[in-house]
Amino acid sequence: MCAAANEQAGTGSTADAPDGDVLERAHEALGTVVDPELDEPITDLGFVRSADVIDGELVVHLRLPTSFCAPNFAYLMASDAKDALWTLGMPVTVRLDDHHDSEIINRGLAADAGYRGTFGEEADEDLDELRLTFRRKAHTAAMERALTRYLRAHPDLPEEGLHDVTLGDLPDDGATRALLRHRRTLGLPTGDDRPALVDSEGEPCPREEVPWRLRVARSLRVSMDGNAHFCRGLLRTRYPDSAADQSPRAFQEKVS
Amino acid sequence: MYTKDGEKYFILDAHVALWDARPENQRNIHGKQFIDCFYDYHRNLSPESEVWPYEEYLYQGGERLMRDLFTDGYVDHAIFQPALLSAFYNNGFGQTEEAFALAQRYPDKLTYNHCWDPRFEQAGLDQLRRDAERFGLKGVKLYTAEWQGDSRGYKLDAPWSYRYLEACQELGIRNIHIHKGPTIRPLDRDAFDVADIDKVATDFTDLNFVVEHCGLPRLEDFCWIATQEPNVHAGLAVAMPFIHSRPRYFAQIIGELLYWLDEDRIQFSSDYAIWTPKWLVEKFVDFRIPEDMTEYGPLTTAQKKKILGLNAAAMYDIDVPAECRLSADDSARTSEAVAVA
Repeated sequence: MCAAANEQAGTGSTADAPDGDVLERAHEALGTVVDPELDEPITDLGFVRSADVIDGELVVHLRLPTSFCAPNFAYLMASDAKDALWTLGMPVTVRLDDHHDSEIINRGLAADAGYRGTFGEEADEDLDELRLTFRRKAHTAAMERALTRYLRAHPDLPEEGLHDVTLGDLPDDGATRALLRHRRTLGLPTGDDRPALVDSEGEPCPREEVPWRLRVARSLRVSMDGNAHFCRGLLRTRYPDSAADQSPRAFQEKVS
Repeated sequence: MYTKDGEKYFILDAHVALWDARPENQRNIHGKQFIDCFYDYHRNLSPESEVWPYEEYLYQGGERLMRDLFTDGYVDHAIFQPALLSAFYNNGFGQTEEAFALAQRYPDKLTYNHCWDPRFEQAGLDQLRRDAERFGLKGVKLYTAEWQGDSRGYKLDAPWSYRYLEACQELGIRNIHIHKGPTIRPLDRDAFDVADIDKVATDFTDLNFVVEHCGLPRLEDFCWIATQEPNVHAGLAVAMPFIHSRPRYFAQIIGELLYWLDEDRIQFSSDYAIWTPKWLVEKFVDFRIPEDMTEYGPLTTAQKKKILGLNAAAMYDIDVPAECRLSADDSARTSEAVAVA
């Protein structure tokens, strides 16, 4: 995860849980936290700056590509991180560094104030709708990746032919597995006989609409992939040591 | 003007700034955070040879601006698109007086657009009328994420925004440039959501809405709106420098824009001084969509001429020398390419 964590581990370790083990489990837990805009774990993006056990408490610092990254997503990732680390059964502090709203967000996290408690009247309701919007986008992008691969592997198939392609027709590869994972997240059916090209409600479209649906999905995937390498690049510029923490983006088409 | 392989390109840089982010002008920590963020964009996406030292980046001044744009950068005409950011800078980020003085001195080279903020309500509306007269405004730049007191931004479809847009109609300010920034109330919504632009574009069909950085990071939402609203345009600020560091991604952006909009509604800009125009113009003229990207048509010379200058020149009634205009042949080739795509 981060060199700093390993170097600093040992300060104030507890007798029954060696720090190395705790930090490994912390890394695993943080790997379940996803940046909703980029649909990637924060550990792969390099957003985890450090993790240390200090006087029996797990202290995690997060960092983002700019001071002005959207505060709602920043809060969402930080509070998801705290929730994920809770399962370790020890006191946890999560802090977001160098953000224009660090003070507000860190105060809210420390007090477990929740989203509305953290932002007060700047928050209207809650973040569930926002989260759902981005889960739907992530599903659409995953679908486009899997189907564009399928089209490349079947050059004679016209785009409209994707209408008849089912999940069982797709190869057993990472792109397909990612698509299935997103369908499960949205509660959409995942049976082999189910059409691969569906909307966010799981509904297929008429055959003649397929090329257009694919274009809509492609613009979304292009946007999302672009944001991902933009954010990664900016993070590396801002924190040169973050390069070592970043894993390549899965299924990213060659961009340079 | 830029000439390559016998083709002459009229260059209109549709988004430039003259800013002052030096420490003495920073009102608080956010002033430093803001310019540092810009500097990271600059460092991350510029070719190494084009990276400025941080000190120079804080304030470039009029003389350097003229040199970077017009002496070295092939630019024929540029449009100031200022962001005030009064909550971050004592005397504002964009330097109104300095930029306007330059535009008065070089009226054939520079156009000054100003900004407004609907949260100033009636007082701001009165100011807009005075500004329109003083600056001779043809366009405005709106930064919807600007902080104002406790507010972190506004929507274009708010009631006071409508009154300002109605005033723009009346005052002949036809070109509304919009920058979607990341901090806006309420926080539960996607801050980059461009849905409010859809609404005003429908209600103000005689105004042009130029969405800067073509809606990125929400290219898909932008394309969807622009397809339906013929008065919505794509500004290429921020998207342009990907041509160097991520050429295949740049190809995808241009490919998507040409597919969803059309070649008449895309405008080049360097976003100076975040980047300088020289290398962007050179690379764009040389650029080709990679052949294996069969989902996109080719990018033709005529399309490049439109994007680099002819489109924005038409929007701002700026005269283009005959040698840079499209010939009948160019136009025919363009429509052929579109038909193929």
